[in-house]
Amino acid sequence: MGRVVVEVMLKPEILDPQGQAVLNALPRLGFDGFSSVRQGKRFELDVDGEVTDEVLARVREAAATLLSNPVIEDVVAVERAG
Amino acid sequence: MRIGVVTFPGSLDDRDAARAVRLAGAEAVSLWHGDAELHGVDAVVLPGGFSYGDYLRCGAIARFAPVMRPLVDAANGGLPVLGICNGFQVLCESHLLPGALVRNDHRKFVCRDQPLSIERTDTPWTSAYAPGERVVVPLKNGEGGFVADERTLDELEGEGRVVARYVGENPNGSYRAIAGISNAAGNVVGLMPHPEHAIEPLFGPDPRSGTGGLDGLRFFTSVVEGLVSA
Repeated sequence: MGRVVVEVMLKPEILDPQGQAVLNALPRLGFDGFSSVRQGKRFELDVDGEVTDEVLARVREAAATLLSNPVIEDVVAVERAG
Repeated sequence: MRIGVVTFPGSLDDRDAARAVRLAGAEAVSLWHGDAELHGVDAVVLPGGFSYGDYLRCGAIARFAPVMRPLVDAANGGLPVLGICNGFQVLCESHLLPGALVRNDHRKFVCRDQPLSIERTDTPWTSAYAPGERVVVPLKNGEGGFVADERTLDELEGEGRVVARYVGENPNGSYRAIAGISNAAGNVVGLMPHPEHAIEPLFGPDPRSGTGGLDGLRFFTSVVEGLVSA
């Protein structure tokens, strides 16, 4: 069994209220020195058999079609895992 | 006159939308998300709620429901379509409308009586309003911030496609205080506030505000009158 990992992030110009909430919580717990937090999504897609280039191409298409909304998000990684 | 109201798993306001359709004088036709056809309706409302639990992104899964295929084709062919709240999110995910709806900038769910100004009145859903008319209808959302790139926003403004704008304090961080937009032809309208909750006396925003609580009804009478005279 193979696995493909897809990572999606909000575009830099889109406000990330969740990341800001995390950023504000960090110093309250003593984690100082962080100037920005952006929160994204990680998808793990398992396939039967090897992760071929063909599989990767299909995952890239799925990432652009369903897993991300190109208006507000970027697909930052589509990678074989494990 | 038959107006379809789509029910997705997780839709909340489909019953209210159907009631608004009936009070406006049309027959409300329930459309199921699994339907592969629109049963010959004259217009469609995509109601509010949390379709598919808002999983992935609001409206992202609903976009691929079987009923959306004929709906997108019909909308591109001129069928009047109104997306309210989650329905607006579905229309953006379907690329029938530009932009996207993201989490409110203040991170809190907002639920309030919301003043709006109706800016485009030549759509089938707003023809019974006067340009610039102030109305008050409920607003309730967690991810109601309308965003788009500057070029798209300029296009929307330049082509007069901003249908409604928030008046007063911006409730959710929407760019340029945009509460609703239309496609270029005007037949597809997306709206974050809820006109279907302001259609009967005492049930809409407080009548003491002077509005009577009926400010939302004309979204529905507009389309009925337009279809009758067509």
